[in-house]
Amino acid sequence: MTALLEVQEVSKSFGGIHANQNISIEVRQGEIVGLIGPNGSGKTTLFNSIVGYHPIDAGSVRFEGEEISKLQVSQIARLGMLRTFQQTRIYSKLTCVQNMLISLPHRNESIFDILRRFPPEATERAEELLEFVGLYQKRHLMAGSLSFGQQKLLEFAMALMNEPKMLLLDEPTAGINPTLINGLLERLERANSDLGITLLVIEHNMRVVMNLAQRIYCLAHGQLLAEGLPEDVRNDQRVVDAYLGAS
Amino acid sequence: MSEATTPLWRRRGLLEGAILLVALFAPFVVPAYTTQLAMLWIMVVIAQSWNVMGGQMGYNSFGNVIFFGVGMYTTAVLQVGLFMNVSDYNAAQGAAALQLTSFEYFLGLGLGLLAAAVMALIVAAIMGSGLLRLRGHYFAIGTLGLGIAFAEIFAGWEWVGAGSGMVTPLFPGGLGSREIFFYYAAFIAAALTFLMLRRFYAGRFGLALNAIRDDEDKAEAMGVHTTRYKTVAWCISAIFTGIAGGIVGNLVGFIDARDVAFSGITFGIWMILMTILGGKGTLWGPVLGAVVFHITQELFWTYLLGWQRVAMGLLIVIIVVFFPLGILGWARERYPEFFGHRVEGGEAAANEGRGE
Amino acid sequence: MLDNLEILIVAPQFAVQLLIAGVLIGAIFALAAYGMALVWGVMNIINVVQGEFVILGGFIALTAVQVGLNPFLGIPVAFAVLFLIGYAIYKTIIFRIVDRDLFTSLLATFGLSILLQQLMNEIFGANVRVLETGLGTWFILDRSVTISQIMVVAFVIAVLIAVLVTLFMRYSRMGQAIRATAQNARAARILGIDTDKVYATTYALNAGICGAAGSLVVMALTIHPFQGLAYTVRSFTIVVVAGLGNLPGVIAAAFGLGAAEQFAGFILGAEYQLAFVFLLLVFILVWRSILLGRQRKALR
Repeated sequence: MTALLEVQEVSKSFGGIHANQNISIEVRQGEIVGLIGPNGSGKTTLFNSIVGYHPIDAGSVRFEGEEISKLQVSQIARLGMLRTFQQTRIYSKLTCVQNMLISLPHRNESIFDILRRFPPEATERAEELLEFVGLYQKRHLMAGSLSFGQQKLLEFAMALMNEPKMLLLDEPTAGINPTLINGLLERLERANSDLGITLLVIEHNMRVVMNLAQRIYCLAHGQLLAEGLPEDVRNDQRVVDAYLGAS
Repeated sequence: MSEATTPLWRRRGLLEGAILLVALFAPFVVPAYTTQLAMLWIMVVIAQSWNVMGGQMGYNSFGNVIFFGVGMYTTAVLQVGLFMNVSDYNAAQGAAALQLTSFEYFLGLGLGLLAAAVMALIVAAIMGSGLLRLRGHYFAIGTLGLGIAFAEIFAGWEWVGAGSGMVTPLFPGGLGSREIFFYYAAFIAAALTFLMLRRFYAGRFGLALNAIRDDEDKAEAMGVHTTRYKTVAWCISAIFTGIAGGIVGNLVGFIDARDVAFSGITFGIWMILMTILGGKGTLWGPVLGAVVFHITQELFWTYLLGWQRVAMGLLIVIIVVFFPLGILGWARERYPEFFGHRVEGGEAAANEGRGE
Repeated sequence: MLDNLEILIVAPQFAVQLLIAGVLIGAIFALAAYGMALVWGVMNIINVVQGEFVILGGFIALTAVQVGLNPFLGIPVAFAVLFLIGYAIYKTIIFRIVDRDLFTSLLATFGLSILLQQLMNEIFGANVRVLETGLGTWFILDRSVTISQIMVVAFVIAVLIAVLVTLFMRYSRMGQAIRATAQNARAARILGIDTDKVYATTYALNAGICGAAGSLVVMALTIHPFQGLAYTVRSFTIVVVAGLGNLPGVIAAAFGLGAAEQFAGFILGAEYQLAFVFLLLVFILVWRSILLGRQRKALR
């Protein structure tokens, strides 16, 4: 399996805070990789570094073999790597269907496409995906009026609509009713197995990440602490200590 | 399968047909008000154009009046320049210096308006490359500053008449024919703007603009070509505003850089106000806002003369503070079904946000 | 234009003169800029009517002189009157927009700006006005550089006012309450600070500072009902360059702007001086945005 995403020795500081120090991780095509670590360990910062939200101080980020650390956010998105947000971001004054339509892939859009309408297939696909996440009934409601959990599902559906090669999910189950988590997990796995989307997932919920991920990286204090198979990482004393705050 | 309910009031284009009828015959029914009615259609054009930027895209430009002035000057300069040296014309300070035949006049006007559109587009593209990087209030004040800079620069530019202004060529026709001609020109501009914008909003352009408005970072993160859309939006906004400017220059007969062409405290702020008054981000909002605003303004002029500008300032404050949603916004909250919205369990649904 | 530039190179005493005049006038700009930063930092409102407060202060000072007061007494009078006006405007309009988005406050204060502008036009007339103080000029450097005495006096008074305001902000209870609210309004409220009163005082104080600045402007320069926006833009430019809460930065930027304006007026011609002020703002905004862009961040 080829490495889809290669992060090598990436460092990022904010003022005096070293949020990421020499982090190297790798995600191969078709994998589901988990990223765990206590609060403040630099997980979201790493995401931001990867997708171009801010420049990195040192290191390299390669996607499909190409260096992307100097590209703009929208360029990286068009290459096929998307991210979802911890606080969940959707277009609040548009309906769910409209949110989906504008999430169609833009990589082949030329300047002449700007003034065109959406083809009917787009609406069909949007409704299919909304059905997939269970939001079909609410498809004509304003996205801003959905509950937090529903917005998370919408954000996920929008990401799928964009036909990404890789999806970086920032705490996808946070704030979701525990009874609905299994449903979301199932959809994540199907996105990976049926649609072939590679996943890198930040998660705090241990049960979720242990079940979902094939490999796990653990960050602590801005550094890479451990990596490996879920059972190995879970039993790693250093990881336990980091979470319990002993170190 | 998605359902669509046509909003009650839009069945079979009744409204549009009624407006068309009224508009076509107005100059003959109330000939004394032809100029004011022409200005009304101009207001409709500039309000709709501003709405593309401020209402649909969330980029509140305080400087769209730049395109108005650029269009005005470009048209006039071409109208004169085709037949005579522009500096000489302005030095002579009078349309008497230039006698045009009907053919020459209308040729110049036609080419002039075309040039106005092109020039406005170019200016928008150039300005956009710098200013569209700015967000929110920085964009607003940046455009405000630029608008005034244009006014000051043109007011000092000898070639276009500097402080004395520029007179547009004499209309070849009898008394009153100028007003009637430009009334229809303004109406056609308004109708064209409306139809084209309605078409644009129905496609991905409208959604992209709204996405940028709702969350530009998210749009970028989803791969939307935000820079491209923003620039195209500003160019479209500029083109129609520029044409409006070209028409006004000829309708009024005299171009003054600070008071007419690049006047931020009149046309510049009015286009923002009318859109807010009618309802930002809707299709009909600017149209409605322009009508209400213009009528109010004419009433102020008639009854408050002298203090009408003061009243205008007060009106701005009142509208912004107390009616930020505008007429359509308020109506949509109050009577959602009338607008084709479905309300589900207390949550308002947008059935067809594009179509209004 | 190039001729004027040549003059500066060949006869540097003109450059010195422009520089001095710029710094002296810059002190007045600094006052207005500080006030704007205050309102922006405390209430998150960009006060577009700032310039009109300045001009109005000038007219109040003029009126005070017309009823027989000494011109320099016009300064505290202008401060007081504008303080009251600012307070009144807060209580009627501003308090309604404090919690709204920045665009609303921009547009509302712009509306106020037009309102005040036109009111002044109706009440005071559309002429350029000046307050004669009878002060002359100093000649230095072998009589080659002239310095207007009233400008120096205005400079000194501006510094004095700035010092007074700074002392107030640091040592008075209200001043501390204002600073606390600027840092964290919710925490301030929990601690028992009446934020509405803080906002009212801040806005009124800003108006008063502008009024005082205006009384200096009418003595050292000129005023006209439509000149307000230029002062607003100058203040905004200075605040953007210096950043909120950076008083030394505001002063430095104000001096810089004052000097830059003088040079621009000399080189480009007086009729383009205003255009320069506005274009400079745009230039600075875009420049900053490009710099931030190199860091792949958007200007928020």
